[in-house]
Amino acid sequence: MRRSMLFIPGNTPNLLINGGFLGADALIFDLEDAVSPDEKDAARILVRNIMKFMDLRGCETIVRINSIDTDYWKADLEQILPQKPRWIMLPKTGCAADVLTADAEISRLEQRLGMEPNTVRLMPLIETALGVENAFAIASASKRVGAIFLGAEDLTADLRCKRTKGGAEIDYARSRMVMAARAAEVDVYDTPFTDVSDDEGIRADAEYAKSLGFTGKASISPRHVGVINEVFSPSRKDIEYAYEVMDAIRQAHEQGRGAIALHGKMIDAPIVARARQTIAMAEEMGVGKAVQHEES
Amino acid sequence: MKNHKVVASLEEAIRLSGLKDGMTVSFHHHLRNGDHVLNMVMEAIAQMGIHDLTVNASSLFDIHAPLLRHIENGVVTHLKTNYMSGGIGRAISAGILADPVEFRTHGGRPSDIELGRTPIDVAFIAAPTADPMGNCTGKYGKSACGSLGYAIPDAMNAQKVVVVTDNLAAYPLTDWSIPEIYVDYVVAVDAIGDPAGIVSGTTRITRDPVGLVMADRAAQVIRHSGLLKDGFSFQTGAGGASLAAAKYLRDIMLREKIHGSFGSGGITGYLVDMLNDGCFEALMDVQCFDLKAVESIRTNPRHHEISASHYASPSARSAVVDSLDVVILGATEIDTDFNVNVHTDSNGSIMGGSGGHSDTAAGAKLSMIIAPMFRARLPIITDRVKCISTPGRDIDVLVTQGGIAVNPKNQELLLRLKDAGLPVVDIHDLKEMVERTTGTPAPVREGGRVVANVIYRDGTLLDTIRSVPAK
Amino acid sequence: MEIIKRAIAGTLESSDAYVEIEPNARGIRCELESVVEQQFGDNIRGLVEEILADCGVENAKIHIIDRGALECVIRARVEAAVMRGKGE
Repeated sequence: MRRSMLFIPGNTPNLLINGGFLGADALIFDLEDAVSPDEKDAARILVRNIMKFMDLRGCETIVRINSIDTDYWKADLEQILPQKPRWIMLPKTGCAADVLTADAEISRLEQRLGMEPNTVRLMPLIETALGVENAFAIASASKRVGAIFLGAEDLTADLRCKRTKGGAEIDYARSRMVMAARAAEVDVYDTPFTDVSDDEGIRADAEYAKSLGFTGKASISPRHVGVINEVFSPSRKDIEYAYEVMDAIRQAHEQGRGAIALHGKMIDAPIVARARQTIAMAEEMGVGKAVQHEES
Repeated sequence: MKNHKVVASLEEAIRLSGLKDGMTVSFHHHLRNGDHVLNMVMEAIAQMGIHDLTVNASSLFDIHAPLLRHIENGVVTHLKTNYMSGGIGRAISAGILADPVEFRTHGGRPSDIELGRTPIDVAFIAAPTADPMGNCTGKYGKSACGSLGYAIPDAMNAQKVVVVTDNLAAYPLTDWSIPEIYVDYVVAVDAIGDPAGIVSGTTRITRDPVGLVMADRAAQVIRHSGLLKDGFSFQTGAGGASLAAAKYLRDIMLREKIHGSFGSGGITGYLVDMLNDGCFEALMDVQCFDLKAVESIRTNPRHHEISASHYASPSARSAVVDSLDVVILGATEIDTDFNVNVHTDSNGSIMGGSGGHSDTAAGAKLSMIIAPMFRARLPIITDRVKCISTPGRDIDVLVTQGGIAVNPKNQELLLRLKDAGLPVVDIHDLKEMVERTTGTPAPVREGGRVVANVIYRDGTLLDTIRSVPAK
Repeated sequence: MEIIKRAIAGTLESSDAYVEIEPNARGIRCELESVVEQQFGDNIRGLVEEILADCGVENAKIHIIDRGALECVIRARVEAAVMRGKGE
């Protein structure tokens, strides 16, 4: 379950050591924009040690390395890969070839380190016009790609337009990303909401992203994590309905019936698939049983 | 005019008061780290050659550092207080006083004054506005501090009372906090304090992500405690995470349309907002922390000034703390029996005091400690705190970023929080978890001499603080 | 594998450590200023020796201003200073 991904600057011990306590499903240790060029070496050692020695309390680890057009990204991978990050986030991914370049280097290191192939997954960060246009090619470039992530700040700079709270300027990119990700059968994450003190704004923005089909949303502020988790979690109603669907299926099986109806509506394969996803998430959140219990 | 109370100088007032060697003088701390009165009075006393005095001050701040010189010179030989900040505390911990400091609580101090256990010979009362007969208040004037709650028991019980003001108003000052019937002399000075140190412009909630996580948890604990319903009463300290918790609590109360009864204690703008938003019917204010609180106590009739006795005295027929539902408190250390230390730092040096900590913890139905799991690599949870400021029997729950530890004596709360799906953890497990992160600290060396006695609100000795050995 | 130049790593922020390393004629000289000297001073000095040995450094002057950094942070800062001091 990955509803929220929280960016943590890679050279700030105070935030890194507390990352596991901030409620995010995944932490993005940032070696790219959050670290100045002359601290890249120190930051990658620090992040490596945090991953090696700290209890991150079940948070998934994502490391944003530097982009493949820099001198840093190979050294980043060299230091970080032995700690088996769940994901490498590849910034400024513009085309499938970028993915393959990073993929080859990760494969080489996995082999050297004796890791199973594709242990470390790739999450291309799409933040250029070229990247958006190539979204499907990027998402389907390699088996290693498990999700794509929209970065709206760099994208709007590339588009030469202003980044606004309403976000009309990224509507096309958002829809295109969701379409590409779903077509390639990978997850898709929305850009952070950057006004840290706007509590209503973040909720509206997250709800909008969810309505478009995004899997979850990144955040640059721990304050937004709770809202993102809430918005991207199934509601109590969703969970109750999912259990009803599964019950109806079981009963139909027991009675040897083929067609299944619930509340007068046919239950077809997509509804069952959605119910399974909802229950899996509810159980991971630790609320599945409670709802089921109350219901029975 | 029958009575002439206004005298020309502090020296004159001290002389008229009959202050002699071995007597006790008292001060309040409403001017906090902006107070000039304690220093001016003690300087005048020293000049007059009076020695061997007891200073009973409700709190001492770093601005009172000149007091250390008076201690070295034998002008002051005994200290009684409820709190002292680190600058004064370090010197006391180093052992500059032969006899131990007596620490009391904000409720224990007025109680002991009223019961005659700690009589005051002369009370010096810094008053932001006073009239020539001594009616005085903290609500007006350039040095306005709002409530004068801690000064009221001193005024009512001292043998002689000297009001010191920098805003002498025409008689009668009608909106008084302390009436003339208790006042012997009035002295006008240029400035009783530095407004910048008296109240903060605004007290702000923390931006620290860990503080916000704790605050959110704290609000959730209150929400699921069973106490958050119409008639709810609440107090919180002015620490960043506590204020953030108050803000989150306000959001919950507004969303769920809960109409509370009162907020109390040291009052900040956040509690004023809650009053104005309808979260509370009233504020019971013993001290104002910021300009918004001062403005509110001056203008809002539902914002009440209360005396220290009314706030927290254990020997009063009842006090406000006895009607509290929830209090949020801080800690420098807490042990696995839930005893809390707010007196000393990690090296055992004095840097605080009970204030209203143990009074509110004793009175409230739910006493919550909010603290990070570690500060600068030092775990917050220990096997035994270096100093017991508040006994563990009065603490119900510890909220940290890594989990919520409920005192086993409150099984009902434990069940409620578990049912709500909050991350409840045994305090021993939490301690282990913290030490896995920080490492286990080596024990701190303790000096041999007792430099302070911590007196519980009922007058019994709760703990002692020993000197800190030189490096 | 010697320290060939003065190098620093880390910051004076809370929970971080500021590490300064420079060449030394013979042996390791370690100076530590720490806000948790009483609780962790010896532990940190031992740790620094261990890290320098692991990095193959036999001669160096090292000065650490510790702001309550966790062990893994101190390790990272010392290692970064050593790497920079070796001219890597």
